[in-house]
Amino acid sequence: MDFLRPASWEEALAAKAEHPTAVPIAGGTDVMVEINFDQRRPDYLMDLGRIGDLYEWEVGEDSVRLGASVPYTRIMENLRTELPGLALASHTVASPQIRNRGGVGGNLGTASPAGDAHPALLAAGAEVEAESVRGSRRILIDAFYTGVKRNALAPDELIRAVHIKKADGPQQFSKVGTRNAMVIAVCAFGLALHPGTRTVRTGIGSAAPTPIRAAAAEEFLNAALDEGGFWDNGKIITPSIARQFADLCSAACNPIDDVRGTASYRRHAVGVMARRTLTWTWESYRGTAHASEGVA
Amino acid sequence: MRVNFTVNGRPQQADDVWEGESLLYVLRERLGLPGSKNACEQGECGSCTVRLDGVPVCSCLVAAGQAEGREVVTVEGLADLARQRSDGLSACGTPPGEAGHAQTRDTCSQSGESGELAPIQRAFIDAGAVQCGFCTPGLLVAADDMLERNPNPTDADIREALSGNLCRCTGYEKIMDAVRLAAARQSEGV
Repeated sequence: MDFLRPASWEEALAAKAEHPTAVPIAGGTDVMVEINFDQRRPDYLMDLGRIGDLYEWEVGEDSVRLGASVPYTRIMENLRTELPGLALASHTVASPQIRNRGGVGGNLGTASPAGDAHPALLAAGAEVEAESVRGSRRILIDAFYTGVKRNALAPDELIRAVHIKKADGPQQFSKVGTRNAMVIAVCAFGLALHPGTRTVRTGIGSAAPTPIRAAAAEEFLNAALDEGGFWDNGKIITPSIARQFADLCSAACNPIDDVRGTASYRRHAVGVMARRTLTWTWESYRGTAHASEGVA
Repeated sequence: MRVNFTVNGRPQQADDVWEGESLLYVLRERLGLPGSKNACEQGECGSCTVRLDGVPVCSCLVAAGQAEGREVVTVEGLADLARQRSDGLSACGTPPGEAGHAQTRDTCSQSGESGELAPIQRAFIDAGAVQCGFCTPGLLVAADDMLERNPNPTDADIREALSGNLCRCTGYEKIMDAVRLAAARQSEGV
């Protein structure tokens, strides 16, 4: 095994082009587990820890450019307003020690269906900035996850940053596990209201081979909210709409039985989380709408 | 490969390090600092917790090569760290975040051979928070870091700060007592 220690992003891209099998390591919270357990013996281990740019973020007009290695701790502390869903999800990652090291770039690189960031990214709307010596491209988050622990990166590409839409409405994240800390999600659910476009987006974790959106559920809810004039009148969403939304979210799942839970439990729990997160976010939206009405 | 870094204020060099080796292995097996414990090797238990450039991390999940040029504080360096903190100085060597301007001080001991204890260590003993002792070093490093950042923690703060450290003996109540005791003594200036 060779240890590569690029001092700059350009050096990292050159090294990855020369050695496409090189495994990038930043926080190490996934890679080192596999090495410690003899499950992985890469020819090259490439430390990205010297590349300062990867640990920075920029808040833009419409989106946040989040460096691939920004630790979850920083996201929780600094981006709660702009990225509330991701900040909530970040807080559920493992433990303080892990959150001090791990970041979204690693979550995307590993592309586990159980990665905590994925439902929040899917719900908010995001693009992955991937780069190689051949050039840079943006991959829509919806197209990024291609299979169990597989993603759309080419062998010579590295993740430089994630561009995440700034919240234009309430967002929530919910995760099922046996305790609050140190839990791999049995299943997880992210939901974001986008009042600007009058749409709702979802993200489901650990309940299909990849993180997914519940497309039919979103479509149904968008139409129901529109027909009922809910975005304008700020009324409580009727229980039948919430139930149908929850059922469609359950139906979007394609889970398996494993040590953490059964397929049918996951389907059920995703429906419960969908209904709850919809209620939480909608209550928050109504509160805001009501408050601004009062001001006007 | 060779790895150079600072441990508890003292420059260290480890040779013949395998590229996939963890920082924990280097500390324990190459530098003779067995305070950081090796248990789960997957970041679940926190018994290998050290400060890396001031930040608590699981040393089993840091590749040794990633520590090159960095500052590490292990449980063996807690007493010195606490003393320097109370003297108005930061961590042994450099303040966190200012790696690269290391000034090694003779007062920084390698492995706590002075026999002196950090207040958090004293509090764990006084509260009876140690049973088999295996999880203790990680808990000490994590608790010490929390008290540095948050001198008046609530119980919820303590639970969250220690949520990555597993103890299989005590049931955590005495550990909670110890951290509360250390916080109280710290605020009283004892």
